[in-house]
Order: sequence, then structure tokens, then C-alpha cells
Amino acid sequence: MTTPPLLGMRGIVKRYPGVLALDDVNFSLSAGEVHCLVGENGAGKSTLMKILAGAIGKNAGEILIEGRRVEIGTPAASQSLGIGMIYQDFKLVPALTVAENILLGSEPTIPGLPFIDRKAMESTARGALRQLGEEIDVSAIVGDLSVAQRQTVEIAKAISRKVRILALDEPTTSLTEHEIQNLFGVIRRLKAEGVGIIYISHRLEEVFEIGDRVTVLRDGKMVETRAVAEVDRRQLIRWMVGRELENEFPGVHLQRGDETLRLEHVTGGRLKDITLSLHRGEILGLAGLVGAGRSEVARLIFGADRKESGSIFLDGCEINPRSPREAIDLGIGLLTEDRNRYGLIAEMNVRENITLSNLRDLLTGPFISGSKEKGAAMAFVDQLRIKAPSLEVRVESLSGGNRQKVVLARWLHTRSKVLVFDEPTAGIDVGAKYEIYTLVNRLAAEGTGIVMISSDLLELLGMSDRIVVMCEGRVSGELTRSEATQERIMTLATSFRRVGEMPNN
Amino acid sequence: MKNETGSFTLRRFSELGIGAVLVVEFLAFSQLSPYFFTAENLLNVTLQASITAIIAAGMTFVILTAGIDLSVGSVVAFAGIVATGTLKTGIPVTAALPLAIFAGLVVGAFSGSFAGFFITRFNIAPFIVTLALMTVWRGASFVVTEGRPVWELPEAFSVLGTGRLLGVPIPTIIMVIVYLTAHVVLKYTRFGRYVFAVGGNIEAARLAGIRTHRVLTGVYTISGVLSAVSGILLASRMNSGQPNAGIMYELDVIAAVVVGGTSLSGGRGSIVGTFIGAMLIAVLRNGLNLLNVGSYVQQVMVGVVILLAVLLDQFRKR
Repeated sequence: MTTPPLLGMRGIVKRYPGVLALDDVNFSLSAGEVHCLVGENGAGKSTLMKILAGAIGKNAGEILIEGRRVEIGTPAASQSLGIGMIYQDFKLVPALTVAENILLGSEPTIPGLPFIDRKAMESTARGALRQLGEEIDVSAIVGDLSVAQRQTVEIAKAISRKVRILALDEPTTSLTEHEIQNLFGVIRRLKAEGVGIIYISHRLEEVFEIGDRVTVLRDGKMVETRAVAEVDRRQLIRWMVGRELENEFPGVHLQRGDETLRLEHVTGGRLKDITLSLHRGEILGLAGLVGAGRSEVARLIFGADRKESGSIFLDGCEINPRSPREAIDLGIGLLTEDRNRYGLIAEMNVRENITLSNLRDLLTGPFISGSKEKGAAMAFVDQLRIKAPSLEVRVESLSGGNRQKVVLARWLHTRSKVLVFDEPTAGIDVGAKYEIYTLVNRLAAEGTGIVMISSDLLELLGMSDRIVVMCEGRVSGELTRSEATQERIMTLATSFRRVGEMPNN
Repeated sequence: MKNETGSFTLRRFSELGIGAVLVVEFLAFSQLSPYFFTAENLLNVTLQASITAIIAAGMTFVILTAGIDLSVGSVVAFAGIVATGTLKTGIPVTAALPLAIFAGLVVGAFSGSFAGFFITRFNIAPFIVTLALMTVWRGASFVVTEGRPVWELPEAFSVLGTGRLLGVPIPTIIMVIVYLTAHVVLKYTRFGRYVFAVGGNIEAARLAGIRTHRVLTGVYTISGVLSAVSGILLASRMNSGQPNAGIMYELDVIAAVVVGGTSLSGGRGSIVGTFIGAMLIAVLRNGLNLLNVGSYVQQVMVGVVILLAVLLDQFRKR
């Protein structure tokens, strides 16, 4: 080690009340290197990046840039050190043009006048995009661009600020295969120019494709840093989850009963000709890339969206739920993705969130019975072992796993026959995941039909009795538990795509 | 856990806080004016507060859903005119009186449910829809009356606004009934729970099976009906239907709700808070009157109190 690395983070510690989010983490990055950061949700990847971005402070440790110790107290300080961040939810202003976004906050002015020099601005923006090898109209409104294009604009914005360190947080989540290859091209180009790149992803295949080194975080601790060439996938997963895969999921159940839900040639929104069936006591996995239409299937079954044609049958009778209320009355429940936005009422407490969908059962005359309500809520808190100081605390104060259990309690209270779980363990730590899996298995054993949507292939493989794979709004295949492998699922999930094909929206 | 109890006491404190401000006000005015703390004056305060306070109860429901109803003042006028107009149709008083009240209430119910329909069906901001209705009903009031008050009403009609029952003004009694009912509905019925859920997170509420359109239509209907109640009481007190009645009421009403701690972004607040908020402003006005403070200065002071109360609310959120 003669020259110090571009970036060094040493002994980083970050404490939150009751949680050690980062525990003595070391991380380094050389110029022209792609260093991947992997780990489960809650492992501390984002926390580490937020510290680098100046969004939060650290409790201990030091950050060095080219061997020089720096303090990053604010986002502005981070930017002035040449650090750029591309988050999953872009920090662009949708109503402004591409050029205006790229130069936001550093607009060139006409010399001697307080007016923006539009020509200079657009040519700088064009230059930044050209550097990435991308053709985007700099006068286009950002809100009209595709996700991939917006990402390019974000990267161009970073480049125009002369970044030396660029961190990308799950950049491929909403991209098509073609767009991902494009992005990799951009990354390679930046790399060749000596930019150090931190690449965060849960898709391990991407680590092997683009990464030079990889660091694994687990529960806030650094597990390993290795050259990508030295490790294999299995090893990475073991480091990430901290145990052999076999123990990650509770045992198989499989007590398949009669058919309960069937979709026949259902079309609506971007769904085309969906046919699938679900049996009592079965866990049906729904696989596919983001945007394949999995959540849309869930919303359609649940009456949140409407179908245009085709039929849905529940226990042999045709149903046509036109609202979530109707679906709930039929015995269908949906645990939405992003439970904080679509599942929970943050202002309400645990009790109110649990009973919200079935207050009907808790009435005495026209009034909600306080004792009945408490009794019902308490029963679920006990049954699902929800860890909350009391029924009256706001649901916001619970951990991700316990929040998910609160939503689950709500659907158990409505006595759902069919339950759809959309990304049920996103943002939940490993231990709580296992508890959720156990609960899902138990529900299936009791005869509930379960549809499980997940982007985590290991989770689908570990939990499902059968896996239906979707691609671009269609069912592209079905695999039994014994047939299913990650490779087969991925092949089916990308089966309708051709390289060079334009994205649908 | 510690955190939670901490914020719990803080919230409790500020709910007390606004009540405490009211108590301080009481004590101060009792010291400053010998006429303030008398049964007669205090009943007078409630009578003066009743008209806007009744509307504020309905507005609380609306604001809890993160909405707003700007049409209340114009509904006051139009409902009053329709009610007094009914009395002038020549129907015998015994039949005309209940009919007049009913007609007035129908105006409020119609206006509110129409607003609710427009807001939910076409997804237009409540601010815009009720702003339009505010203009529509105000204009309609002048058109129908040709700009002149509806005069010469039967004696019996004025009882509602000016009469007393066991010494208590009838508007005060109606206000108390409205507040008790509103409190019970909000706190102990499914509808009340749904109001909070819709205001807290409308999409999550819909996906939990709440018919959010119905809840929203419901709150605007409540607001319309209670505005009509006030409109009828006001017409009775003035013994005439005035086309310019209730101008700017929406601002007094919203002030009472917000001072009472209900969040304009929805999901948090209470009827008790609104009652305290309405009384706080009414007591302030009454006390300043007794102290011979001019009405211009009063306006300034009321404004300052509203700002201070909202500041208190901000601290509560921290």
C-alpha cells in the first residue's frame, strides 16, 4: 500500500436507541474500482451510505479521502468532497427539464446579469449525458421520462458535479434487462475514467458481473471483504444470512385441499390473459421482475383494481369484487407491499390498526365496544407474539416485523380464506422473517390459501409449494417445488424479453 | 417504550395546555372585569359562541379527513333564507315552523352531499369544490331575495334563537347536544373511526376495506347540516333571513378547529379540542368587549391568539 485509497472508512459505529446499526465497520474504495456492498435488509448498507452522504452523523470512526481525514457533517460537505449518491427514489424535480435538473443549484448565469444562461446550461447538461453515452433530450420534462432515463439524469447530475466517488443504491430494481446492461456500460465508462463506485444490490448475479470487490454486512457488522473473483454465490449468501440456507425456512407443510381461487384468462391494466389456481392450504409463489404485474394480480383479486375481461372464481362461484370491501367480505385479504404506505395508519395505535377491517364484529348496538375491541386485539397480539409495550402505542413505534404482524392480525381478524402477501418480508430482519414464515406456514396448515409475491427468490423457493412466474403482464410458466430453481425462475421471468426491446412504459 | 410514554405525556400536556390557556383567560378577565364571571355573562358567551361553534363541530369531521369546507358561511345564509322563506308561504304557523326547519336542513344536507359527491367522484380538491359552493350559495341567497332580507316572520320562529329553557339559551342547549353527539360519534362509532383512518392514510384505509367515498361524503354532509342548523338559529335570532349572513364564518370556524388542536393534514384531533378552541375565542372576544377594547384591536388580538395556539400544536408534534 503505497498510495492511500480514494476512500477509507474506518471503525464506523452508528447507534440508534436500542440498536447498534453499524458496529466497527471498515470499508475502502480505490479509484477505478467497483466495490459491491451486499447484505440483507437492515444489515446497515444504507446507514453506511447515509453517513458517507452526510445525511446522518456517526458515533465513532473516521473517514479518509486519499488518506486525508475529513469530516462530513452535511450533505453539502459530502458533495463538495466529490461524493455522489444515486438513491432508489430519485432526487429529481419532475416538473423541471433534464438540463434544469442536472444543473439544479449550480445554474450558470449570463455574465454580469442575474439571469440563467439557458444555452450554457443545456450544453453542460448535454456534455454530461454524452460522457455517459446517452441520448436524452435536455429540454424534456423529467416527469415524462422512463425510470431508466431518470436514473441516467441522476448520474449525469452527479458527473456534472465532478464526482470521484459514486454510490448507487439498488439501481436496477425497476430496470429491464436491456436497461441494466446499459447502466453497466455507463458504470464501466466511469470506472475507466477513475471514478470509484460503490454498488449496493441484493441481486448477487450483478455483483459477479460488475464488481471488483465485495463487502458483506450483516446486522451492522462487517463480515467479509473479498475480491469478487475469489468468492462464489453460495459463500456470499452464507455470509449474508449467517447460516446455511437449509435453516432459513421452517419445514414443508403441504396439505393441499380443494381449489379455492381460480383466475381464468383475466385481462386488465397491463395484465394479459392470466390463468392460475390456488388450493386451500397451499402456498403459491408469484415470481417475476419488478413491473411484471405481480402486485397488479394481487390488487385485481382484492378488488382494488378492475379487470377488463376474464373470470375469477372463489370456491367454485364466480366473483367480481369491485372494491376492497367486497373482496374482504368474500374472505380475501391483501397484505400490501410497502406496509407503511398502504397497510398501516401511522396516526393510529396498535389496537385500532388491528381491528380496522372488522369493527362490525366488535359492536354493541351502534357503538364499538371497548372491551370487545381490546379483547380481540389482545388475542392477536398474544397469538402472533407482537412485541409492543401496549395496545395503545402508535404503530409507528414498532419494528418492521411487528408492524407486519399487526397487518397480518388485521386480516386474521377478518377471517380471510385467501391471503395475498405482497413482499411480506421486505425491510424485516432475519429473525423476524423466520417468525413470519412460521405464521404463513401455520395459516396454510389451517387451510388458508396463500399467494406469496416476493422478489427474494430464495424466499419463494423456500416457502412455496408451487411457483407461478410472470413476465410483462403474463404468466410465463409454472414450476412445482421440486422443479423450481433460481435459474429456471429467472429464465421464465425474462422469457418474453429480447435484448434491444423497448420498455413498456 | 420510554419514548412513547414521553410523547404521550407531551400530547396530554398540550391538550391540557390549550385548556389551561382557557382557564388563564377566565382568571384574567375575572380579575379585570367584575361583570365577567357572572352566570348571565357566561351564558351570554355560550350564546354568542354557539353559532360558529356548532359549525366548528362539523368542520372538525371534515378537517380530520384532511379536507376543508369553505362553503359553511354561505350555507348559513342560504339555509336561513330558505327556512324564513318557507314561513312566508302562507302555510299555518304550526305546520310551517317544522317545515321551515326541515327545508333549511335539507339545504345543508344537499350542499354537503353535493360537495362530497364532487370531491370523491371527480377527485377535485375540497378547497376548490367548497370555494365554488361558497360563491354559489352566496349568490343564490342574493338572487332569491333580490338582495333584501326576508322580514315579518311569525313570533314563534324567534323562540329558537332567543328563547330560554330553564334559564339557558336554546342555541346553547343545541350546541351542547351537537357537541355531545359529535363526540360520541367520533369516538365510539365505526364511522368516527373511519374518519380518523381516512384522514391518516386514505389509500391504506381503502385497502383495509373502508368505503372512503362514503366517509368523505358523510363528513361534508355533516358539515352542511350543522351549518344549516346555525343558519336557522341565526335567522331566528335576527328574526329575518339575511342574504349576507355568515360572511367570513368559515375563517372563524377553521380557527376554532385548529386552535383546538386538530391537524389540517388530517388524522389527528378531537371534538373536545374544538369546543375548547371555540370557547377560547369567544371568551377572548367577550372579555375584550367588557374591557371596552375596540373591535379593530380585538381582531389583532384574536389573530395573535390563533398563531400562539397553532405554535403550541407544532410543539406537540415534536
